[in-house]
Amino acid sequence: MSLSYPDGPLLQAESLGFSSSGPYSLSLAPRCCAGLDGISGVGKTRLLRALADIDPSKGRVTLNGREREQYTPPQWRRLVAMIPAESRWWHPFVSDHLAPDYKRERAEDLVRACGFESDILGWDVTRLSTGEKQRLSLVRALLRDPQVLLLDEVGSGLDQDNALLLETVVRKYLDDSGGAALWVSHNPEHLERVATIFITMHQDRLQIRKENDLISP
Amino acid sequence: MNVAALSPLDLSIAASLILLLAGLSFNLKLGLESQLIIASVRMVVQLLLIGLVLQFLFSTSSVWLIILVSQVMLLAAGREVRARLKRKLRGFFGYHVGITSMFVSSFSVALLALLVILRQDPWYEPRYSIPFLGMLLGNTMTGVALASDRLTSLFYEQKEVIEQRLMLGESRSEAVSDIRRDCMRTGMIPLVNSMAATGLVSLPGMMTGQILGGTPPIEAVKYQILIMFLIGAGSGFGVICAIVMIEKHLFDDRQRLVLDKLLPEE
Repeated sequence: MSLSYPDGPLLQAESLGFSSSGPYSLSLAPRCCAGLDGISGVGKTRLLRALADIDPSKGRVTLNGREREQYTPPQWRRLVAMIPAESRWWHPFVSDHLAPDYKRERAEDLVRACGFESDILGWDVTRLSTGEKQRLSLVRALLRDPQVLLLDEVGSGLDQDNALLLETVVRKYLDDSGGAALWVSHNPEHLERVATIFITMHQDRLQIRKENDLISP
Repeated sequence: MNVAALSPLDLSIAASLILLLAGLSFNLKLGLESQLIIASVRMVVQLLLIGLVLQFLFSTSSVWLIILVSQVMLLAAGREVRARLKRKLRGFFGYHVGITSMFVSSFSVALLALLVILRQDPWYEPRYSIPFLGMLLGNTMTGVALASDRLTSLFYEQKEVIEQRLMLGESRSEAVSDIRRDCMRTGMIPLVNSMAATGLVSLPGMMTGQILGGTPPIEAVKYQILIMFLIGAGSGFGVICAIVMIEKHLFDDRQRLVLDKLLPEE
């Protein structure tokens, strides 16, 4: 799969391969949100992990035309941020997990946009429910200003209202920042709402099913 | 020095206490008797052997022989560190990290003590060098092994947390900073505790031995202080060395966690 965009792609992967899967090619334009589905076990999570450089992979991956190897691993992962299905929290309080240089005001805005009161930043992490952790893990990632979001079934465990909030926050972030997202989900309605491209993952290739608005306004 | 020489009869009286304990354990079905007896027999044989070796070493004073013996001691300590890990490191690296950190914790510190502090003629005087090395190896090994064991276990148990932190753009070193601190504590706390209790709760074996051998207590105490400092510093350096080596080994050049370098738990 090879697409051309007016501004050039933001993230591009060519012949990306890991273990016996691939090679996959993929490119994400600024402001695009790609919905990714595929049968369980086909390797969607592994694809995200390979793109985030958490697992080793073969092939060429670029961000803004620069090769992955030209970034230090922390730089790369901050720009190509993976949000795993099950987030981990290791410090005592929520705010301990935010970027060291985060702006209080922005953090509170994001938290409220996700449907919380801003005092949740001071909460003990043991008080958080699974759904709260999911939404806060998005906040935590966005405060680090990523250019590409790799969302692994984030929002799948949420009720309709909170899922919609989350989608709005991601959509707004992409529009404001010019970033792109690759969102793994098994929920067709959810993908219908957020995705501008639909990708189905197979063992040996990625298949584009439908393209909505590739040329963003 | 006039030590009251022990006759075989004296030792057998002490041994009969162990036999009594074994009998009691058998009667009460505590299941300790066979282990206890095997360990006692091993202890006697090993100590008699090392007694003979030491006696031989002291009489020859050959530097090559002392180097050989010290190498064997070092290799054995390195091997022992690896053996104490629940999750062992795959391949030669497991021995490499054990031997290197024991070298740092004991060998280098013992050399420093011999050359700079004790200044015997010759510097390798076996009456000093071998007991010093042995004492350092024995006492720092526990800390190094505890810290390494905790490190490999925590890397395995906290894989998701480490990877989550990497995903948030933390460096390898930031992502494991809490684990590193935990392991340093684990390795050093027993030693710090024993330093605090020394003289108050416990009289160290070496000091007691010297006093029994007729050394004035204050001289024995000075030696004990020296050895405690050396053990403390050596343990710390050895633990840091093991932590740094293992940590570096379990990440690849792109700071990705590589846990298949660990063998499954035994």
